[in-house]
Amino acid sequence: MQPEKFEAIVVGAGPAGTSAAYLLAKAGLKVALIERGDFPGAKNVMGGILYTRPTEEVIPGFAREAPLERPIVEQNGWLLTADAAVKAGYRSAAFGQEPCNAYSVLRARFDNWFAQQAVEAGALLIPGTLVEEVIRRDGKVAGVRTGREQGELLADVVIAADGVNSILARDAGLHEEWMEDQVAIVVKEIVALPAETIEERFNLEPGQGASIEFYGDATAGMLGTGFIYTNTDSLSVGCGALLSELVRTLTTPYDLLERLKNHPMVRPLLAGGEEREYMAHLIPEGGQRAVPRLFTDGMLVVGDAAQFCNGLHREGSNFAMVSGKFAAETVIEAKAKGDFSARALSGYAERVKDSFIMKDLRKYRDASRYFERHPAFFGVYPEIASAAAREFLTVDGVPKRRKQWKILRDVHRRRSLWTIARELLGALRVVK
Amino acid sequence: MRIEDKLFLNGFTPDEQGGSHLVVTSPEPCRQQCAALGRPCTTFCPARVYAWEEDQITVAYNACVECGACRVGCPFGNIEWRYPRGEFGVTYKNG
Repeated sequence: MQPEKFEAIVVGAGPAGTSAAYLLAKAGLKVALIERGDFPGAKNVMGGILYTRPTEEVIPGFAREAPLERPIVEQNGWLLTADAAVKAGYRSAAFGQEPCNAYSVLRARFDNWFAQQAVEAGALLIPGTLVEEVIRRDGKVAGVRTGREQGELLADVVIAADGVNSILARDAGLHEEWMEDQVAIVVKEIVALPAETIEERFNLEPGQGASIEFYGDATAGMLGTGFIYTNTDSLSVGCGALLSELVRTLTTPYDLLERLKNHPMVRPLLAGGEEREYMAHLIPEGGQRAVPRLFTDGMLVVGDAAQFCNGLHREGSNFAMVSGKFAAETVIEAKAKGDFSARALSGYAERVKDSFIMKDLRKYRDASRYFERHPAFFGVYPEIASAAAREFLTVDGVPKRRKQWKILRDVHRRRSLWTIARELLGALRVVK
Repeated sequence: MRIEDKLFLNGFTPDEQGGSHLVVTSPEPCRQQCAALGRPCTTFCPARVYAWEEDQITVAYNACVECGACRVGCPFGNIEWRYPRGEFGVTYKNG
């Protein structure tokens, strides 16, 4: 029996793959969306914050129907030491008015809804099916081989949206294995709390949400972050670090998470909550240098599979969606020309390059490496900041100017002002 | 909360028939060279799939949350890594 032939096969029903499948189906292409989970989202994990505008670009008006948790009206960053937190944050009424900037989401719910939109647009969803490798014919990618019996499916073009483990792009020879400093392990729990409790603890209007990112002691000094995001009636609580750091220090990620949950500044936010689910996920952290070749004859790579992630800004789903959209646009053009060669698909890489995806990855291309080499940012600097704030805010009859000099002396004793100046300048250079 | 209890929260469909999707290729690197490195798979794996027991690495693949860390993190590239077959493995309710 001849395998079924599609115009496009999308592998992986996350934000990147579903965006591509949805737009291709809407354009009238015969498209299959293959997902290894029992349903789209069953295997999918992020923090997770979904950004409105990039999502609107793919599916206008989604916020009225999609299963979203809470609009994020307040974002916080906490620099943790063992027993203190230096906090910064921003809250805006504008973030609470539609179109809200971002929403917390639970991916098992959101991805399932999103894939359903692709199905309604005409895509064929094939769940519970693992794609094992690409099929090559005449040197071109011509389809995929799934784990099912007679599981070969053919297509003019395959879109590899199979996530950070990026099986298909590797199989097609677009990149080698990631290095251990190009991915982070993040673990996360869903902690159930009543909606009113969440709103009281985070000072929120009913239905609104907040986020906190934790640095410093949150990862025991390793390059990484922790977070709490408010969902409707639960919190997403997680933390993670570069895999290379975990390998080097022999740290267990779930112990790191327990440590964060029991941190004296964090524990009250979670008190009385009940753990409902535990998950782990690799985050692409390789930045611009790790981005593989994005296309070959008959194939495109999108989303996490292409290392499209900006860890510093905790952005990833937006990169995924927009790259999925670029892939769809490119394939629609290629179809019009009847040419799915690498040359015809190269417009995809051009679109990525000209967009915020590559511009942001390029902007931060040295950041991860710099901070990995300067662990002071996750250890001694949070301590310095905390000690300085504590000294300055402790009222003890010491005149303020003398306090300032004392703070400066104490800072210098912990780390020379020259070193601090050099490291801060260095940090500025990699994030500027 | 212990890791066993965390994993107990999750929905798993174990692939009894297909067996482990994770295979330690050779016992030697784990016994020899990796001893000095502390056998990091036994610590970084977020589902504690790997344990050092009786002079070998054991693989509790049924607890795997399919992140892929062991594929990248094994210092000797000694783990033959696959996703579980379709319809098996972890299924998240929230994600």
